[in-house]
Amino acid sequence: MKKTLESQINLDIKQLLVEEIIVEQEKVTGVVTQIGAIFTAKAIIVTTGTYLKGRIIIGSVHYPGGPNSQFPAVNLSDSLRKLGLELGRFKTGTPARVDQRSVDFSKMTIQPGDQRVHNFSFISPVKQRDQVPCWLTYTNETTHQIIRDNLHRSPLYAGIIEGIGPRYCPSIEDKVVRFADKLQHQIFIEPEGLDTYEMYVQGMSTSLPPDVQLLMLRSIPGLENVEIMRPGYAIEYDYVVPTQLKPSLECKQIKGLYTAGQINGTSGYEEAAAQGIIAGINAALQVKGKEPFTLKRSEAYIGVLIDDLVTKGTNEPYRLMTARAEYRLLLRQDNADHRLTELGYKIGLVTEERYKKYNIKWDLINKEIERLKSLIIPNNDETANLLIKLDSSELSQPTPAINLVRRPEVGIKDLRQLSIDFTPLQDEIIEEVEIEIKYEGYIKKQLAQVERFEKLEGRKLSEDINYNEIKGLSAEAAQKLARFLPTSIGQASRISGVSPADISVLLIWLEQQRRKTSGGE
Amino acid sequence: MRGPKSFTAEDVVEISCHGGIVPLNRVLKTVLNQGARFAEAGEFSKRAFINGRLDLAQAESIIDLIRSKTEAGAKIAISQLGGKLSKRVSALQSDVLGQLAKIEAIIDFPEDDLPEATLDEMSLCTAELINEINKILESAESGKIYREGLQTIIVGKPNVGKSSLLNALLKEQRAIVTDIPGTTRDVIEEVLNIRGVPLKIMDTAGLRETQDLVEQLGVERTRKFLDQAELILMVVDAITGISEEDKNIIKLIKGKKTIFLINKIDLEARKVTAEEIQEIIDGNPVLEISAKNEIGLDKLEQTILELVLEGKVTAADNILVSNTRHKHALERAAFHLSEVIKGIRDGIPPDLVSIDIKSAWEILGEITGNNVTEDLIDRIFADFCIGK
Repeated sequence: MKKTLESQINLDIKQLLVEEIIVEQEKVTGVVTQIGAIFTAKAIIVTTGTYLKGRIIIGSVHYPGGPNSQFPAVNLSDSLRKLGLELGRFKTGTPARVDQRSVDFSKMTIQPGDQRVHNFSFISPVKQRDQVPCWLTYTNETTHQIIRDNLHRSPLYAGIIEGIGPRYCPSIEDKVVRFADKLQHQIFIEPEGLDTYEMYVQGMSTSLPPDVQLLMLRSIPGLENVEIMRPGYAIEYDYVVPTQLKPSLECKQIKGLYTAGQINGTSGYEEAAAQGIIAGINAALQVKGKEPFTLKRSEAYIGVLIDDLVTKGTNEPYRLMTARAEYRLLLRQDNADHRLTELGYKIGLVTEERYKKYNIKWDLINKEIERLKSLIIPNNDETANLLIKLDSSELSQPTPAINLVRRPEVGIKDLRQLSIDFTPLQDEIIEEVEIEIKYEGYIKKQLAQVERFEKLEGRKLSEDINYNEIKGLSAEAAQKLARFLPTSIGQASRISGVSPADISVLLIWLEQQRRKTSGGE
Repeated sequence: MRGPKSFTAEDVVEISCHGGIVPLNRVLKTVLNQGARFAEAGEFSKRAFINGRLDLAQAESIIDLIRSKTEAGAKIAISQLGGKLSKRVSALQSDVLGQLAKIEAIIDFPEDDLPEATLDEMSLCTAELINEINKILESAESGKIYREGLQTIIVGKPNVGKSSLLNALLKEQRAIVTDIPGTTRDVIEEVLNIRGVPLKIMDTAGLRETQDLVEQLGVERTRKFLDQAELILMVVDAITGISEEDKNIIKLIKGKKTIFLINKIDLEARKVTAEEIQEIIDGNPVLEISAKNEIGLDKLEQTILELVLEGKVTAADNILVSNTRHKHALERAAFHLSEVIKGIRDGIPPDLVSIDIKSAWEILGEITGNNVTEDLIDRIFADFCIGK
């Protein structure tokens, strides 16, 4: 990956600690680094992860620092504050890394990787790689007793930690306290990489002192003789309260300043990557003088994530869960290309080659759906036998294939066994066709919901509306709207404290303005 | 009426029907089942304005209208939600949320060690939820009481203060609607208004001078008489205590919704307390009053409301809309839950089944005003130990 980045044309890589962001007339102009060098820029993306004023806590020991023994970004945090941004403080944690050679896997259950490998990418062929398994083991009453006996040494309970941690990623001491009736918690032992002996003890995130860490690890089956290579720790860091951002991830107050990842109050990995690409796209579009690019809640999980962040904010490190998406059925991994390729193509991120492939694929899918509508399955012995085998009811007359596919127990692949002339198709096409047909009813329901949702999304609100002057808005709504400056009526409707009546008032006000500017009646 | 010549400039259908709540309710139910919905506060005016029917000068008055109607609506909603209906719907909604959280947790955290949710179990739970909705829907039939008044009888042995009680209630309410002779010569029927609930009170007028209610009417006739009553106010005397006569009457009214009233508590020489009576009667409320001095009447009115209407109290002129709106929401929720059972039966994957559970939850939220996604997320984390 490093090499890929280094080889990218037009990308210069400079590694230095940035201490200050320079802003002139509410617009970024550059950054000052630790050694005093100034880099000028039209747009800046800040992605500080957990390094922004990071503080590491292990037991009673705590010191300024970032992950992997790197320096924290302390002055940058102050610089952001000086620019008028409101910062908050979150906490997250990590488990110990242990030596693979000290682990007895015979006492654990093997957890092999997926049999079938799926790609993120829709264009590169699936590569079968050698898989390394993970191992499952469990904590027990002894482990829990060790934790309870040492709770007073936990910085969380001793009050050393102030930041708010994520609920989806609780430390083991948290789990033992909060779910006291659970007799065991599952622990996955995962390799850190192919070329290291380090293993990650998933499920044992902790900030207890290292001696307690060792004691509790060694109480777990298979870890009786375990050696810790790096102890687990908690880390506290600053984040930017994300309601200060536009859906493009640009700060509302400072033109050209973008933030992405944990600095926006989200958890790591996928959430960070999702914001990274949006901030990157928009920084580039801004430099080119083009309109910002955003994804809607109905188009992508990225849309859900960013809309939640900038509209509602978050009071713990935000994790994107499918439960947060109202249109989950439309946001499937199998149709990601269908949802996003066209959009990416428009802003120049999708190559002609990929675009062509995509069009061909969805052409095939649509044609196959049409074909299954007109293809009549005969009511003969062969069909009858197949249906008996599938435990499905028999036909009373020749029936369009699509009706059979709608039966839960009948798959397209089953029908393709019949001696009827089927076009050869790739598995992924068949799968997609099957999903579109089988769940058509549900998909249609969601599409109807999306249509209603998009009506309000389409009514844009400009940034310079003075909400306090709009008569009829409740005081709370006016205050919230003035603070959040939503970009559309739809976004406004999701701000807590803005009622349907307020939205009606806004719609009337918009119409008033429209008539006034168009000369009135 | 074809748009744009209607008030809103859109196509409009107006339905005129016979007076009375029953036909109105039926028509409303029919159109709602066909996919219509209730208008939001001020929605017609809003549409008229946005469609260009009203001029700019009228915009402000529409905004005022939306505001005031919303606030009035909120007041009604709050008054309705004070009571048991809201509690039951909230409990129901919470159960639905629990089901949803279970599915969502499994979908979002497939690797976590979560309690297994079998589809059979979920079908069963969902069926129970539908059952509960149906029960609530049945109890929502209190509309009858508003239309016809609540049949109430004051009973008690002579001289315990039945008439004083009636007079006190009448005086308190100052809302005598009618004063008509009852179905028998012996009975006077008064209609009065207890906090928005019409109460048809029958005082056993002809029996006032007699010594024994049972003797006078005959057991059979008295039973029949009492059977028609939807609420009984039984008055006992704090001074004389519980006598054999009282016990006979208690036997007669066994199983009826009754409020026991210990009257004359203002006098010194009381012989009976609420606790003592509580022992003879099962579960019915016992109140201490003084009809003469109007002590404890507030509490009595409150108890009447709670007991009979299970908290479902509305201002009389809003009953139709509010009831129908809630009823419709409950019916829609039940529909989605039945889709859940159907989906499970048809082998639809859990992440699709959950769409209907979520719809049911959101619809119940229209009644309780409570359906933010954050509640779901909170519930998942509260119920399940999740995470790396």
